[in-house]
Amino acid sequence: MLKALVLLFLAWVCFLFYAGIGLFTSGFLLTRLELTNHSSCQELPGKGTLVGSGRGRRVVFMGDDTWEGLFPGAFSQAFFFPSFNVKDLHTVDNGILEHLYPTMDRDDWDLLIAHFLGVDHCGHKHGPHHPEMAKKLNQMDQMLQTLVEQLENDTLLVVAGDHGMTETGDHGGDSKPEVMAALFLYSPLPLFPGASLKDPEVVPQVNLVPTLALLLGLPIPFGNIGEVMVDLFSGEGDTQPLATALAQASAYHLNAQQVSRFLHAYSLAAQDLPPEELQHLQNLFSSASSEYEQLLDQLKTGEVREADIQALISQLRLFLRGARTACTETWARFRPARMIGGTILLASTCLLCLITSRLTSSPDFPFHCLLLRAVVWGLAGAVLLAGGLMAAGIGLEPSLLCAGSAATSLIAFLWALKSRESSSMTVFLPGPLPILVLLFLRSAALFSDSFVVAEAWAAPFLLRSLSLFLVAQLHWEGRLLVGVSTACLSSPTASLARREGPRALGLLVGLLLCVRLSILFHRCPEETPVCQSSPWLAPLATMAGGQAKNLWYGACLGTLGVLVLAVRFWLRRCGNLNSPAPPVLFVRWGLPLMALGTAAHWALASGTDEAPPRLQALVSGAVVGLPRAVLALAAIGLGLLLWQPVTVLVKTGASSSNHIIVPFVGPPASQADLDYVVPQIYRRMQEALRGKLARGGGQTPLALAAYGLGSVYSAAVVTALALLAFPLLLLHTERISLAFLILFLQSFLLLQLLATAVGTPAGSPGPFSVPWLAISAWALTATQTFYSTGHQPVFPAIHWNAAFVGFTEGHGSSPVLPALLVGANTFASHLLFSVGCPLLLLWPFVCEGQGSTKRKKTLASGTEVGGEKEEEPLMEMRLRDSPHHFNAALLQLGLKYLFILGVQVLACVLAASILRRHLMVWKVFAPKFIFEAVGFVVSSLGLLLGVALVMWVDRAVGSWFKQLILSQER
Amino acid sequence: MKILRPKDVKTKGMRQINVRGGSQRVLALCLLFVHFESLPYGERLQGSTMKDADIKRLFYVHIFCIVSIILTTFIPSFFLEDFSVLETHLTWLCICSMCVAIINVVLYLQVKPNPSSKRSSIFHKISRLLKSCVYFFISCLLFHAIIVLYGAPLIELMLETFLFAVILSTFTTLPCLCLLGPNIKAWLRVFTRNGATSIWDNSLQITTMSSVIGAWLGAFPIPLDWERPWQVWPISCTLGATFGYMAGLLISPVWIYRNRKQLTYKSR
Repeated sequence: MLKALVLLFLAWVCFLFYAGIGLFTSGFLLTRLELTNHSSCQELPGKGTLVGSGRGRRVVFMGDDTWEGLFPGAFSQAFFFPSFNVKDLHTVDNGILEHLYPTMDRDDWDLLIAHFLGVDHCGHKHGPHHPEMAKKLNQMDQMLQTLVEQLENDTLLVVAGDHGMTETGDHGGDSKPEVMAALFLYSPLPLFPGASLKDPEVVPQVNLVPTLALLLGLPIPFGNIGEVMVDLFSGEGDTQPLATALAQASAYHLNAQQVSRFLHAYSLAAQDLPPEELQHLQNLFSSASSEYEQLLDQLKTGEVREADIQALISQLRLFLRGARTACTETWARFRPARMIGGTILLASTCLLCLITSRLTSSPDFPFHCLLLRAVVWGLAGAVLLAGGLMAAGIGLEPSLLCAGSAATSLIAFLWALKSRESSSMTVFLPGPLPILVLLFLRSAALFSDSFVVAEAWAAPFLLRSLSLFLVAQLHWEGRLLVGVSTACLSSPTASLARREGPRALGLLVGLLLCVRLSILFHRCPEETPVCQSSPWLAPLATMAGGQAKNLWYGACLGTLGVLVLAVRFWLRRCGNLNSPAPPVLFVRWGLPLMALGTAAHWALASGTDEAPPRLQALVSGAVVGLPRAVLALAAIGLGLLLWQPVTVLVKTGASSSNHIIVPFVGPPASQADLDYVVPQIYRRMQEALRGKLARGGGQTPLALAAYGLGSVYSAAVVTALALLAFPLLLLHTERISLAFLILFLQSFLLLQLLATAVGTPAGSPGPFSVPWLAISAWALTATQTFYSTGHQPVFPAIHWNAAFVGFTEGHGSSPVLPALLVGANTFASHLLFSVGCPLLLLWPFVCEGQGSTKRKKTLASGTEVGGEKEEEPLMEMRLRDSPHHFNAALLQLGLKYLFILGVQVLACVLAASILRRHLMVWKVFAPKFIFEAVGFVVSSLGLLLGVALVMWVDRAVGSWFKQLILSQER
Repeated sequence: MKILRPKDVKTKGMRQINVRGGSQRVLALCLLFVHFESLPYGERLQGSTMKDADIKRLFYVHIFCIVSIILTTFIPSFFLEDFSVLETHLTWLCICSMCVAIINVVLYLQVKPNPSSKRSSIFHKISRLLKSCVYFFISCLLFHAIIVLYGAPLIELMLETFLFAVILSTFTTLPCLCLLGPNIKAWLRVFTRNGATSIWDNSLQITTMSSVIGAWLGAFPIPLDWERPWQVWPISCTLGATFGYMAGLLISPVWIYRNRKQLTYKSR
């Protein structure tokens, strides 16, 4: 007999998170029973049930204040300490230590729960290999030592960890290091049979509750399906094996009775346990309990053999384990009707996006009358379906009704379309063959768990293939290099190729390099020996070394500087950095200020613990204040941008023909001078007169120069992206800023490549459109960036620390703000790329002007444009020249992007619903679906914002033109 | 275009290859010999006849290549212990790429689909040979770089990656070198829409593309959790490239034959 026992404690994987979100998003619905049951598995397993049923006993609690909300009034005495702030390592622990020993000495409790949080928080903040962790563990060791010394003989000490931690100190997944913890039992009296320390027994966490309940003399909580730990039950103080076996058998019997009652009640309430399984379990239980009765009878009469008892014990154990397996297997319930409804809804929306994106190129298509018809048909379909459902006796399922109305209205739309124009099947094909292949591969990959796990590699692979294909196609069409087959090329394309060829190749190489480098920031979906997460994802605060830390900090500073300078450089190159408009001033001064704030915050956050105690208050104040300041600056910048989005500098009379060239100073001396000057003055007067006349007739152009008018739309979008990027950068750990730099560089290269390769507008005023290839590449880049900023579509990989940027003290009770912060961190790439989506349309026009060195566009206030002025690149003013096509192109762009994202979501939905009995559904498919769906929502919002921004700028440019004309006339 | 006489081809080819090959190879060559014998030839073949003859010749050359690739999978096991394509993959890679290289060089030298240049001094030939070797090596390096950019590990498994690059170059660059010589401009011309000037160029396009696509498709099974031996890097990719090459060899004569009416070549 030993005094202590160490066991391996196996945590249950919590479906809690999935269930909560699953309720809202899909047909997956976990039963309420499971929720209540599983809420007990997150922390101490006794929490949900044991405390609740222990009303007769005096329970003392100290520690985490979340227990207060869970069990109000359950404790005879309680010491709660705030626990929400993950960065705070000491408040809870010190509070417990202060009260623990005095309470121990008193005699007014039956159960004392002390919930230490420091180790968990330390794991989250610093990871398992930090000096802080060593300090914390030493403190815990000391506490245990003191506790063991003070323990009285009738007390059992149970030390349990509720979960393990990964190499990064996080938990919540189901990998082995996360679910494995230790269970340490100690009693001053020798109680436990000998067990080897080398290979401890594995005990599921749910087993602790029935064991403690029976030990305390309480009934086992009703909903528990654990199994008592028999080693803790022994005979009346002696070492007789028979008495021990008997005690164990009776404990098992009590446990089995409780589980059997639970199963019975459960099977009455919900019919999802398979009946044959239930029958089998019932038979097992009844035979075992009859055997137990027999045994008791035998005990009264005479001798009982130990072997019989052991056989009974094993039978009861079989029943308990069988019941647990049956429950876990069937506690995931699905609603196929909702699944089908949701799928139909999504599919018809995608189809509508596809068809409408095709139709936007024919501007005179009558959408208005079709709209009415589709609405009427949809309502009719919904009513019919509702009638059918009622008649069939099935309740009204809202998602099915929505799906029905969507499908019928879509069918009506298609019908009208077919009657109007004899369109063939090409309407249903998104783009050319390579895009179809790509879309197919992309969606098919979502049906395989291996590919979902490996999407971090698959998406860049497809992106590289796409860009290589692009350049190869360019070469195939003879546009890449000249001198090869000039015979089959006309001369303008050849000259185009001479310029484009090496540039396209260089862009391609740069793009491939960027994609390759971004892999360096990947995080593994789970801890496996094969895959190792990038060590650069950890915050700088966890780094111990001084020199390396400083170097990394320098690199992050450099990144910030490069980002700011790149934005400024680009705007200067486009000529949008000249005007005195407030957004321009903000880009000049506000952006560096934001970078400075970010850098200062990083410096303070990574070295908080090293600050001298005198400055502690200042530092903690700055750590809170700086991120908020950066956020406020970004908000101000966006507000300024919306207020005056036109960043154009106007110079009147900049045209050289209007200058009077005076080669001398002073009054004209000679006749020759007069001969020279007078005609000029005359000409000038003549022009002025003509200008006055023109006000009435509007015939002669009056020249003025507007700097940056050619890129006014893209400048606004780029500024907005930069302003968005800084707060998002702040939410990530320091070194991910390098990944952000790569992301910006990569998307810039991609835009340049697409503008070079796919479609130059070539001066056509006709309908603009962004090719499918460009949009697919953009969507792939967004996916790739999601992974290369250290994210994974699994819940343990969420960067929870983002909730505390700028709020180190926690958020109080409102979950909105932390959810927003964490969401912005997780879906940063979705947001950035969808807001930047209009750049796909604008970039070819911006690139049009890059050939010439002039960055200004001369425009005429009259109706005509002079002969020599036509050579100036019109750039984005081409879009303004045909506003109808511009709007159509924006609509088409949005629809196409939504279609590509929608197909991905649809594939995820189908995968999760078809493979709902798959082994990996909770581990891979369901989280992927949830992430993809939320990402889709974020992307749609971002897309709306981006398109709205461009249209807002368009409106502002319109009013700017009006103002200009008015001021010129005056 | 200069028309070749298959009679010359067969005698020279026989002598040279006989020295190297094993018994099976001689058998295959005999087959080739028989078929070359039956080719129509004359002083000057015009139009479709010429094209048909060329296509036939192309077909036999390709069949010979395929057979030799298949033979490399089991012939070496007679000489080497523990040889298998999957387990001693690198050995097979070397043997296969050597074999394909030799056969390509020999066959194309003998068949001579494109007329050689007028200058034919020894010095010129040697410089061409050296240039070809350098080009081949550069293409290996380029392929290696592209594969690494595609996500292959940079430092680990470098030999494997390089051998993959070598076999890919053997399937793509080497035929280019044989057919077009060390002439980058000609290569670039061939791989444009209207760049092919003979059926040999067309077959070059098809085999090159199919090898690259095969290698690309070969990367797909790598992430799957089937835990098969052929999922190890770079086996699936090399196998994919090989199958793609073989498929290209089979497809190109068929495609050319089916499209022979549409294919018109400008003389350079």
